[in-house]
Amino acid sequence: MAEVLDTAWALRWIRNTADVISAERTQLIELDRAIGDADHGENLDRGFTAVIGRIDAGEASATPASVLKLVAMTLMSTVGGAAGPLYGTAFLRAATALGDAEEVDAALVATLVGAARDGIMARGKAEVGDKTMVDAWTPAADAARTAAQDGATPADVLAAAARAAEAGARGTEPLIARKGRASYLGERSAGHRDPGAVSSALILRAAADAAQEGSA
Amino acid sequence: MSVGLVIVSHSEKIAEGVVELAAQMAPDVVIVAAGGVAGGDGDAAGRIGTSFERVQSGIGRAMGGDGVVVLTDLGSAVMTAEMALEFLDAEARGSVRLAEAALVEGAVAAAVQSQSGASLEDVLRAAEAAVVSIRPDELEPFVSQGATGRGKPDSPGAASSGSHVSGVFTLPNRMGLHARPAALLASGLLELDADVTVNGVDATSVMLLMSLGLGQGRTVSVEASGPDAQAALEFIGDAVESGFGEPS
Repeated sequence: MAEVLDTAWALRWIRNTADVISAERTQLIELDRAIGDADHGENLDRGFTAVIGRIDAGEASATPASVLKLVAMTLMSTVGGAAGPLYGTAFLRAATALGDAEEVDAALVATLVGAARDGIMARGKAEVGDKTMVDAWTPAADAARTAAQDGATPADVLAAAARAAEAGARGTEPLIARKGRASYLGERSAGHRDPGAVSSALILRAAADAAQEGSA
Repeated sequence: MSVGLVIVSHSEKIAEGVVELAAQMAPDVVIVAAGGVAGGDGDAAGRIGTSFERVQSGIGRAMGGDGVVVLTDLGSAVMTAEMALEFLDAEARGSVRLAEAALVEGAVAAAVQSQSGASLEDVLRAAEAAVVSIRPDELEPFVSQGATGRGKPDSPGAASSGSHVSGVFTLPNRMGLHARPAALLASGLLELDADVTVNGVDATSVMLLMSLGLGQGRTVSVEASGPDAQAALEFIGDAVESGFGEPS
Protein backbone atom coordinates (compact mmCIF):
# COMPACT_ATOMS: atom_id res chain seq x y z
CA MET A 1 0.00 0.00 0.00
CA ALA A 2 1.43 3.36 -1.02
CA GLU A 3 2.13 5.62 1.97
CA VAL A 4 2.04 8.78 -0.10
CA LEU A 5 0.10 10.11 -3.05
CA ASP A 6 1.66 12.09 -5.88
CA THR A 7 0.87 14.22 -8.90
CA ALA A 8 -0.10 11.13 -10.92
CA TRP A 9 -2.75 10.44 -8.25
CA ALA A 10 -4.08 14.00 -8.52
CA LEU A 11 -4.35 13.63 -12.29
CA ARG A 12 -6.11 10.25 -11.98
CA TRP A 13 -8.46 11.78 -9.40
CA ILE A 14 -9.50 14.55 -11.76
CA ARG A 15 -9.85 12.23 -14.78
CA ASN A 16 -11.96 9.83 -12.67
CA THR A 17 -14.07 12.76 -11.55
CA ALA A 18 -14.65 13.94 -15.11
CA ASP A 19 -15.66 10.39 -16.10
CA VAL A 20 -18.05 9.86 -13.21
CA ILE A 21 -19.64 13.31 -13.54
CA SER A 22 -20.19 12.61 -17.21
CA ALA A 23 -21.68 9.19 -16.42
CA GLU A 24 -23.92 10.57 -13.65
CA ARG A 25 -24.79 13.72 -15.57
CA THR A 26 -28.41 12.73 -16.10
CA GLN A 27 -28.89 11.67 -12.49
CA LEU A 28 -27.51 15.00 -11.27
CA ILE A 29 -29.73 16.91 -13.69
CA GLU A 30 -32.78 15.00 -12.45
CA LEU A 31 -31.91 15.62 -8.78
CA ASP A 32 -31.47 19.30 -9.53
CA ARG A 33 -34.66 19.45 -11.56
CA ALA A 34 -36.58 18.29 -8.47
CA ILE A 35 -35.38 21.07 -6.20
CA GLY A 36 -33.32 23.52 -8.28
CA ASP A 37 -32.75 24.74 -11.81
CA ALA A 38 -31.75 21.43 -13.43
CA ASP A 39 -28.33 22.64 -14.49
CA HIS A 40 -25.99 21.03 -11.95
CA GLY A 41 -25.15 17.94 -14.01
CA GLU A 42 -24.66 19.82 -17.25
CA ASN A 43 -22.66 22.63 -15.62
CA LEU A 44 -20.30 20.25 -13.82
CA ASP A 45 -19.88 18.05 -16.88
CA ARG A 46 -18.97 21.12 -18.93
CA GLY A 47 -16.60 22.34 -16.22
CA PHE A 48 -14.70 19.08 -15.81
CA THR A 49 -14.58 18.56 -19.57
CA ALA A 50 -12.87 21.95 -19.80
CA VAL A 51 -10.49 20.90 -17.01
CA ILE A 52 -9.50 17.75 -18.89
CA GLY A 53 -8.92 19.83 -22.02
CA ARG A 54 -6.47 22.00 -20.13
CA ILE A 55 -4.74 19.04 -18.50
CA ASP A 56 -4.36 17.41 -21.92
CA ALA A 57 -2.89 20.67 -23.19
CA GLY A 58 -0.20 20.30 -20.52
CA GLU A 59 -1.27 23.25 -18.39
CA ALA A 60 -0.83 21.52 -15.04
CA SER A 61 2.71 21.41 -13.73
CA ALA A 62 4.64 19.06 -11.51
CA THR A 63 2.93 19.21 -8.10
CA PRO A 64 -0.45 17.89 -6.93
CA ALA A 65 -1.31 21.45 -5.89
CA SER A 66 -0.78 22.71 -9.45
CA VAL A 67 -3.35 20.18 -10.69
CA LEU A 68 -5.91 21.24 -8.06
CA LYS A 69 -5.32 24.92 -8.76
CA LEU A 70 -5.89 24.37 -12.48
CA VAL A 71 -9.16 22.60 -11.60
CA ALA A 72 -10.20 25.52 -9.39
CA MET A 73 -9.48 28.24 -11.93
CA THR A 74 -11.18 26.35 -14.74
CA LEU A 75 -14.34 25.51 -12.78
CA MET A 76 -14.69 29.12 -11.61
CA SER A 77 -14.91 30.37 -15.17
CA THR A 78 -16.77 27.55 -16.89
CA VAL A 79 -19.34 26.02 -14.52
CA GLY A 80 -21.61 29.04 -14.26
CA GLY A 81 -23.84 27.92 -11.39
CA ALA A 82 -23.17 28.00 -7.67
CA ALA A 83 -20.96 24.93 -8.01
CA GLY A 84 -18.40 27.07 -9.87
CA PRO A 85 -17.34 29.35 -7.04
CA LEU A 86 -18.01 26.63 -4.42
CA TYR A 87 -15.88 23.88 -5.96
CA GLY A 88 -13.50 26.57 -7.21
CA THR A 89 -12.90 27.68 -3.64
CA ALA A 90 -12.71 24.08 -2.42
CA PHE A 91 -10.00 23.07 -4.90
CA LEU A 92 -8.17 26.36 -4.41
CA ARG A 93 -8.04 25.93 -0.63
CA ALA A 94 -7.02 22.30 -1.09
CA ALA A 95 -4.19 23.41 -3.38
CA THR A 96 -3.09 26.02 -0.86
CA ALA A 97 -3.10 23.38 1.90
CA LEU A 98 -0.76 21.18 -0.16
CA GLY A 99 1.68 23.98 -0.92
CA ASP A 100 4.77 22.79 -2.78
CA ALA A 101 4.50 19.22 -1.49
CA GLU A 102 5.26 16.63 -4.15
CA GLU A 103 4.07 13.79 -1.94
CA VAL A 104 0.88 13.76 0.09
CA ASP A 105 0.79 11.61 3.21
CA ALA A 106 -2.28 10.55 5.21
CA ALA A 107 -2.22 13.61 7.46
CA LEU A 108 -1.96 15.95 4.49
CA VAL A 109 -4.84 14.17 2.75
CA ALA A 110 -6.99 14.84 5.80
CA THR A 111 -5.84 18.46 5.79
CA LEU A 112 -6.74 18.73 2.10
CA VAL A 113 -10.27 17.46 2.66
CA GLY A 114 -10.72 19.74 5.67
CA ALA A 115 -9.45 22.77 3.74
CA ALA A 116 -11.86 22.05 0.90
CA ARG A 117 -14.75 21.79 3.37
CA ASP A 118 -13.72 25.06 5.07
CA GLY A 119 -13.58 26.78 1.69
CA ILE A 120 -17.08 25.64 0.75
CA MET A 121 -18.46 26.78 4.10
CA ALA A 122 -16.75 30.16 3.86
CA ARG A 123 -17.93 30.77 0.32
CA GLY A 124 -21.49 29.50 0.61
CA LYS A 125 -22.05 30.46 4.25
CA ALA A 126 -23.99 27.23 4.74
CA GLU A 127 -23.97 25.09 7.88
CA VAL A 128 -24.46 21.37 8.45
CA GLY A 129 -28.14 20.51 7.96
CA ASP A 130 -28.86 23.22 5.36
CA LYS A 131 -29.13 20.51 2.65
CA THR A 132 -26.02 21.50 0.73
CA MET A 133 -22.56 20.23 -0.20
CA VAL A 134 -21.54 20.93 3.39
CA ASP A 135 -23.59 17.91 4.48
CA ALA A 136 -21.25 15.68 2.46
CA TRP A 137 -17.96 17.49 3.07
CA THR A 138 -18.24 17.91 6.84
CA PRO A 139 -18.62 14.22 7.72
CA ALA A 140 -15.98 13.50 5.07
CA ALA A 141 -13.51 15.90 6.67
CA ASP A 142 -14.22 14.48 10.13
CA ALA A 143 -13.83 10.88 8.93
CA ALA A 144 -10.61 11.71 7.10
CA ARG A 145 -9.11 13.33 10.19
CA THR A 146 -10.05 10.40 12.42
CA ALA A 147 -8.70 7.85 9.93
CA ALA A 148 -5.41 9.75 9.58
CA GLN A 149 -5.05 9.94 13.35
CA ASP A 150 -5.64 6.18 13.55
CA GLY A 151 -2.73 5.59 11.20
CA ALA A 152 -4.62 4.76 8.01
CA THR A 153 -2.92 4.95 4.61
CA PRO A 154 -3.75 7.92 2.34
CA ALA A 155 -5.97 5.61 0.25
CA ASP A 156 -7.85 4.49 3.35
CA VAL A 157 -8.23 8.07 4.57
CA LEU A 158 -9.87 8.93 1.23
CA ALA A 159 -12.02 5.79 1.32
CA ALA A 160 -13.27 6.80 4.78
CA ALA A 161 -13.97 10.32 3.52
CA ALA A 162 -15.87 9.01 0.49
CA ARG A 163 -18.00 6.65 2.60
CA ALA A 164 -18.86 9.47 5.01
CA ALA A 165 -19.71 11.80 2.13
CA GLU A 166 -21.97 9.20 0.54
CA ALA A 167 -23.81 8.70 3.83
CA GLY A 168 -24.03 12.47 4.25
CA ALA A 169 -25.46 12.90 0.74
CA ARG A 170 -28.10 10.23 1.43
CA GLY A 171 -28.87 12.01 4.69
CA THR A 172 -29.85 15.20 2.85
CA GLU A 173 -33.00 13.52 1.51
CA PRO A 174 -35.40 14.40 4.37
CA LEU A 175 -33.87 17.83 4.98
CA ILE A 176 -35.51 21.16 4.14
CA ALA A 177 -33.16 23.36 2.12
CA ARG A 178 -32.03 26.56 3.79
CA LYS A 179 -29.51 27.80 1.20
CA GLY A 180 -29.46 28.35 -2.53
CA ARG A 181 -32.22 28.09 -5.09
CA ALA A 182 -33.78 25.03 -3.39
CA SER A 183 -34.52 27.10 -0.29
CA TYR A 184 -37.23 28.92 -2.28
CA LEU A 185 -39.14 25.65 -2.23
CA GLY A 186 -39.28 25.46 1.55
CA GLU A 187 -40.82 22.20 2.76
CA ARG A 188 -41.23 20.95 -0.81
CA SER A 189 -37.45 20.53 -0.96
CA ALA A 190 -37.72 17.59 1.46
CA GLY A 191 -37.80 14.09 -0.06
CA HIS A 192 -34.98 14.66 -2.55
CA ARG A 193 -31.23 14.32 -2.14
CA ASP A 194 -29.23 17.51 -2.61
CA PRO A 195 -27.44 17.42 -6.00
CA GLY A 196 -24.41 19.28 -4.64
CA ALA A 197 -24.00 16.79 -1.81
CA VAL A 198 -24.33 13.93 -4.32
CA SER A 199 -21.70 15.37 -6.68
CA SER A 200 -19.42 16.05 -3.68
CA ALA A 201 -19.61 12.36 -2.77
CA LEU A 202 -18.81 11.42 -6.38
CA ILE A 203 -15.73 13.66 -6.34
CA LEU A 204 -14.45 12.16 -3.08
CA ARG A 205 -15.15 8.61 -4.31
CA ALA A 206 -13.13 9.43 -7.44
CA ALA A 207 -10.25 10.56 -5.21
CA ALA A 208 -10.41 7.33 -3.21
CA ASP A 209 -10.54 5.18 -6.35
CA ALA A 210 -7.56 7.03 -7.82
CA ALA A 211 -5.56 6.29 -4.66
CA GLN A 212 -6.62 2.62 -4.76
CA GLU A 213 -5.62 2.30 -8.43
CA GLY A 214 -2.20 3.77 -7.64
CA SER A 215 -1.51 1.20 -4.96
CA ALA A 216 -2.80 -1.78 -6.92
CA MET B 1 -13.35 61.03 -13.38
CA SER B 2 -16.12 58.93 -11.90
CA VAL B 3 -16.77 55.62 -10.19
CA GLY B 4 -17.11 52.70 -12.62
CA LEU B 5 -19.80 50.03 -12.29
CA VAL B 6 -19.76 46.30 -13.06
CA ILE B 7 -23.11 44.57 -13.56
CA VAL B 8 -22.97 40.85 -12.74
CA SER B 9 -25.98 38.75 -13.71
CA HIS B 10 -26.66 35.11 -14.50
CA SER B 11 -28.05 36.32 -17.79
CA GLU B 12 -25.99 38.14 -20.42
CA LYS B 13 -29.17 39.88 -21.56
CA ILE B 14 -30.06 41.12 -18.07
CA ALA B 15 -26.54 42.48 -17.55
CA GLU B 16 -26.58 44.24 -20.91
CA GLY B 17 -30.09 45.57 -20.31
CA VAL B 18 -29.19 46.99 -16.91
CA VAL B 19 -26.11 48.65 -18.42
CA GLU B 20 -28.30 50.17 -21.13
CA LEU B 21 -30.85 51.43 -18.60
CA ALA B 22 -28.29 52.87 -16.19
CA ALA B 23 -26.19 54.43 -18.96
CA GLN B 24 -29.17 56.45 -20.12
CA MET B 25 -28.92 58.48 -16.95
CA ALA B 26 -25.15 58.47 -16.68
CA PRO B 27 -23.51 59.02 -20.09
CA ASP B 28 -20.03 59.64 -18.67
CA VAL B 29 -19.87 56.66 -16.31
CA VAL B 30 -18.08 53.47 -17.33
CA ILE B 31 -20.62 50.67 -16.81
CA VAL B 32 -19.54 47.18 -17.79
CA ALA B 33 -21.77 44.13 -18.30
CA ALA B 34 -20.43 40.86 -16.88
CA GLY B 35 -23.33 38.48 -17.41
CA GLY B 36 -23.63 34.82 -18.31
CA VAL B 37 -20.91 32.27 -18.78
CA ALA B 38 -19.20 31.24 -22.01
CA GLY B 39 -20.89 28.43 -23.92
CA GLY B 40 -19.22 25.23 -25.10
CA ASP B 41 -16.55 24.83 -27.76
CA GLY B 42 -16.62 27.76 -30.10
CA ASP B 43 -20.10 28.67 -28.92
CA ALA B 44 -19.88 32.44 -28.62
CA ALA B 45 -23.30 32.98 -27.08
CA GLY B 46 -23.29 33.00 -23.32
CA ARG B 47 -25.50 30.69 -21.31
CA ILE B 48 -27.07 31.20 -17.90
CA GLY B 49 -24.55 31.40 -15.08
CA THR B 50 -21.74 33.58 -13.84
CA SER B 51 -18.09 33.51 -14.80
CA PHE B 52 -15.13 34.47 -12.65
CA GLU B 53 -13.20 35.36 -15.82
CA ARG B 54 -15.91 37.71 -17.07
CA VAL B 55 -16.30 39.42 -13.70
CA GLN B 56 -12.55 39.77 -13.30
CA SER B 57 -12.09 41.34 -16.73
CA GLY B 58 -15.17 43.52 -16.16
CA ILE B 59 -13.61 44.97 -13.02
CA GLY B 60 -10.42 45.56 -14.97
CA ARG B 61 -12.30 47.52 -17.63
CA ALA B 62 -14.23 49.59 -15.07
CA MET B 63 -11.02 50.61 -13.27
CA GLY B 64 -9.20 53.80 -14.05
CA GLY B 65 -11.65 56.23 -12.48
CA ASP B 66 -12.39 56.83 -8.83
CA GLY B 67 -13.00 53.17 -8.00
CA VAL B 68 -15.46 50.46 -8.92
CA VAL B 69 -18.79 49.32 -7.49
CA VAL B 70 -19.86 45.76 -8.40
CA LEU B 71 -23.56 44.89 -8.41
CA THR B 72 -24.90 41.34 -8.60
CA ASP B 73 -28.11 39.36 -8.94
CA LEU B 74 -28.77 35.90 -7.41
CA GLY B 75 -26.63 33.87 -5.00
CA SER B 76 -23.82 32.45 -7.11
CA ALA B 77 -23.25 35.84 -8.77
CA VAL B 78 -22.40 37.12 -5.30
CA MET B 79 -20.00 34.22 -4.71
CA THR B 80 -18.32 34.72 -8.09
CA ALA B 81 -17.94 38.46 -7.44
CA GLU B 82 -16.50 37.79 -3.97
CA MET B 83 -13.89 35.51 -5.53
CA ALA B 84 -13.00 38.13 -8.12
CA LEU B 85 -12.48 40.69 -5.34
CA GLU B 86 -10.31 38.25 -3.40
CA PHE B 87 -8.05 37.87 -6.44
CA LEU B 88 -7.39 41.62 -6.73
CA ASP B 89 -4.03 42.89 -5.51
CA ALA B 90 -4.13 44.89 -2.29
CA GLU B 91 -4.03 48.27 -4.01
CA ALA B 92 -6.89 47.52 -6.41
CA ARG B 93 -8.87 45.85 -3.63
CA GLY B 94 -9.00 49.14 -1.76
CA SER B 95 -10.94 50.82 -4.56
CA VAL B 96 -13.49 48.10 -5.38
CA ARG B 97 -16.72 47.56 -3.44
CA LEU B 98 -19.33 44.83 -3.69
CA ALA B 99 -22.79 46.35 -3.20
CA GLU B 100 -25.50 44.54 -1.28
CA ALA B 101 -28.18 45.98 -3.48
CA ALA B 102 -31.07 45.17 -5.76
CA LEU B 103 -29.47 44.89 -9.20
CA VAL B 104 -31.64 47.15 -11.35
CA GLU B 105 -32.55 49.74 -8.74
CA GLY B 106 -29.05 49.78 -7.27
CA ALA B 107 -27.37 50.14 -10.65
CA VAL B 108 -29.54 53.07 -11.68
CA ALA B 109 -29.07 54.85 -8.35
CA ALA B 110 -25.32 54.21 -8.39
CA ALA B 111 -24.98 55.41 -11.98
CA VAL B 112 -26.72 58.70 -11.23
CA GLN B 113 -24.56 59.26 -8.16
CA SER B 114 -21.41 58.47 -10.09
CA GLN B 115 -22.42 60.79 -12.93
CA SER B 116 -22.63 63.64 -10.41
CA GLY B 117 -19.02 62.98 -9.39
CA ALA B 118 -19.79 61.34 -6.06
CA SER B 119 -17.14 59.41 -4.13
CA LEU B 120 -16.82 55.61 -4.14
CA GLU B 121 -18.49 55.33 -0.73
CA ASP B 122 -21.34 57.63 -1.78
CA VAL B 123 -21.98 55.63 -4.94
CA LEU B 124 -21.98 52.42 -2.89
CA ARG B 125 -24.38 53.96 -0.38
CA ALA B 126 -26.73 55.11 -3.14
CA ALA B 127 -26.82 51.58 -4.58
CA GLU B 128 -27.53 50.00 -1.22
CA ALA B 129 -30.17 52.57 -0.27
CA ALA B 130 -32.12 51.83 -3.42
CA VAL B 131 -33.61 48.68 -1.97
CA VAL B 132 -37.29 48.45 -2.69
CA SER B 133 -40.01 46.33 -1.24
CA ILE B 134 -43.40 45.38 -2.56
CA ARG B 135 -46.32 46.10 -0.28
CA PRO B 136 -49.23 44.37 -1.97
CA ASP B 137 -51.70 45.98 0.38
CA GLU B 138 -51.00 49.34 -1.14
CA LEU B 139 -51.80 50.64 -4.56
CA GLU B 140 -48.39 52.15 -5.12
CA PRO B 141 -45.83 49.40 -5.21
CA PHE B 142 -42.07 49.71 -5.07
CA VAL B 143 -41.95 52.49 -2.51
CA SER B 144 -39.04 52.11 -0.17
CA GLN B 145 -40.28 51.62 3.35
CA GLY B 146 -37.10 53.01 4.78
CA ALA B 147 -37.05 56.21 2.81
CA THR B 148 -40.65 57.35 2.87
CA GLY B 149 -40.38 58.64 6.41
CA ARG B 150 -37.24 60.63 5.78
CA GLY B 151 -37.26 64.43 5.78
CA LYS B 152 -40.86 64.74 6.80
CA PRO B 153 -41.54 68.38 7.60
CA ASP B 154 -42.67 69.25 11.11
CA SER B 155 -45.27 71.71 9.92
CA PRO B 156 -46.61 70.67 6.57
CA GLY B 157 -48.23 73.43 4.60
CA ALA B 158 -45.98 76.16 5.94
CA ALA B 159 -45.23 78.16 2.82
CA SER B 160 -41.95 79.58 3.99
CA SER B 161 -40.60 79.47 7.51
CA GLY B 162 -36.92 80.24 7.79
CA SER B 163 -35.00 77.72 5.73
CA HIS B 164 -38.06 75.50 5.17
CA VAL B 165 -40.02 76.05 1.99
CA SER B 166 -42.67 74.11 0.14
CA GLY B 167 -44.59 74.26 -3.10
CA VAL B 168 -47.00 72.30 -5.24
CA PHE B 169 -46.64 71.93 -9.01
CA THR B 170 -48.61 70.06 -11.67
CA LEU B 171 -46.96 67.82 -14.25
CA PRO B 172 -47.81 69.11 -17.74
CA ASN B 173 -45.87 66.63 -19.87
CA ARG B 174 -47.41 63.48 -21.31
CA MET B 175 -44.92 61.06 -19.78
CA GLY B 176 -45.04 62.58 -16.30
CA LEU B 177 -42.24 61.94 -13.81
CA HIS B 178 -40.61 59.02 -15.64
CA ALA B 179 -36.97 57.95 -15.61
CA ARG B 180 -35.35 60.88 -17.43
CA PRO B 181 -37.04 63.66 -15.43
CA ALA B 182 -36.47 61.72 -12.21
CA ALA B 183 -32.76 61.54 -12.98
CA LEU B 184 -32.76 65.21 -13.93
CA LEU B 185 -34.30 66.23 -10.59
CA ALA B 186 -32.21 63.88 -8.48
CA SER B 187 -28.91 64.85 -10.05
CA GLY B 188 -29.75 68.58 -9.96
CA LEU B 189 -30.57 68.40 -6.28
CA LEU B 190 -27.28 66.67 -5.48
CA GLU B 191 -25.56 69.98 -6.31
CA LEU B 192 -27.59 71.84 -3.68
CA ASP B 193 -27.28 71.87 0.09
CA ALA B 194 -30.89 71.08 0.97
CA ASP B 195 -33.03 68.20 2.23
CA VAL B 196 -35.80 67.83 -0.28
CA THR B 197 -38.78 65.51 -0.49
CA VAL B 198 -41.28 65.08 -3.30
CA ASN B 199 -44.60 63.63 -2.18
CA GLY B 200 -42.85 62.44 0.96
CA VAL B 201 -39.94 60.60 -0.65
CA ASP B 202 -36.28 61.58 -0.87
CA ALA B 203 -36.01 63.66 -4.06
CA THR B 204 -32.35 62.76 -4.61
CA SER B 205 -33.35 59.14 -5.23
CA VAL B 206 -34.19 58.44 -8.86
CA MET B 207 -35.81 55.16 -7.95
CA LEU B 208 -38.05 56.66 -5.29
CA LEU B 209 -39.14 59.47 -7.59
CA MET B 210 -39.94 56.96 -10.32
CA SER B 211 -41.72 54.75 -7.84
CA LEU B 212 -44.25 57.50 -7.17
CA GLY B 213 -45.65 56.71 -10.60
CA LEU B 214 -46.73 60.31 -11.18
CA GLY B 215 -48.31 60.73 -14.60
CA GLN B 216 -49.50 63.74 -16.54
CA GLY B 217 -51.74 66.09 -14.51
CA ARG B 218 -50.60 64.73 -11.14
CA THR B 219 -49.25 67.08 -8.52
CA VAL B 220 -45.70 67.27 -7.28
CA SER B 221 -45.58 68.39 -3.67
CA VAL B 222 -42.15 69.66 -2.66
CA GLU B 223 -40.79 70.20 0.85
CA ALA B 224 -37.28 71.61 1.17
CA SER B 225 -35.11 72.69 4.08
CA GLY B 226 -31.52 73.76 4.50
CA PRO B 227 -29.39 76.65 3.17
CA ASP B 228 -30.31 76.03 -0.49
CA ALA B 229 -33.96 75.17 0.16
CA GLN B 230 -35.32 78.07 -1.88
CA ALA B 231 -33.03 77.29 -4.82
CA ALA B 232 -34.09 73.64 -4.68
CA LEU B 233 -37.75 74.56 -4.71
CA GLU B 234 -37.27 76.88 -7.69
CA PHE B 235 -35.20 74.30 -9.53
CA ILE B 236 -37.95 71.68 -9.21
CA GLY B 237 -40.69 74.17 -9.95
CA ASP B 238 -39.03 75.39 -13.14
CA ALA B 239 -38.27 71.86 -14.30
CA VAL B 240 -41.78 70.55 -13.66
CA GLU B 241 -43.60 73.55 -15.12
CA SER B 242 -41.50 73.42 -18.28
CA GLY B 243 -42.54 69.77 -18.61
CA PHE B 244 -38.84 68.84 -18.51
CA GLY B 245 -38.70 70.10 -22.10
CA GLU B 246 -40.99 67.27 -23.20
CA PRO B 247 -44.25 67.40 -25.20
CA SER B 248 -47.47 67.86 -23.28
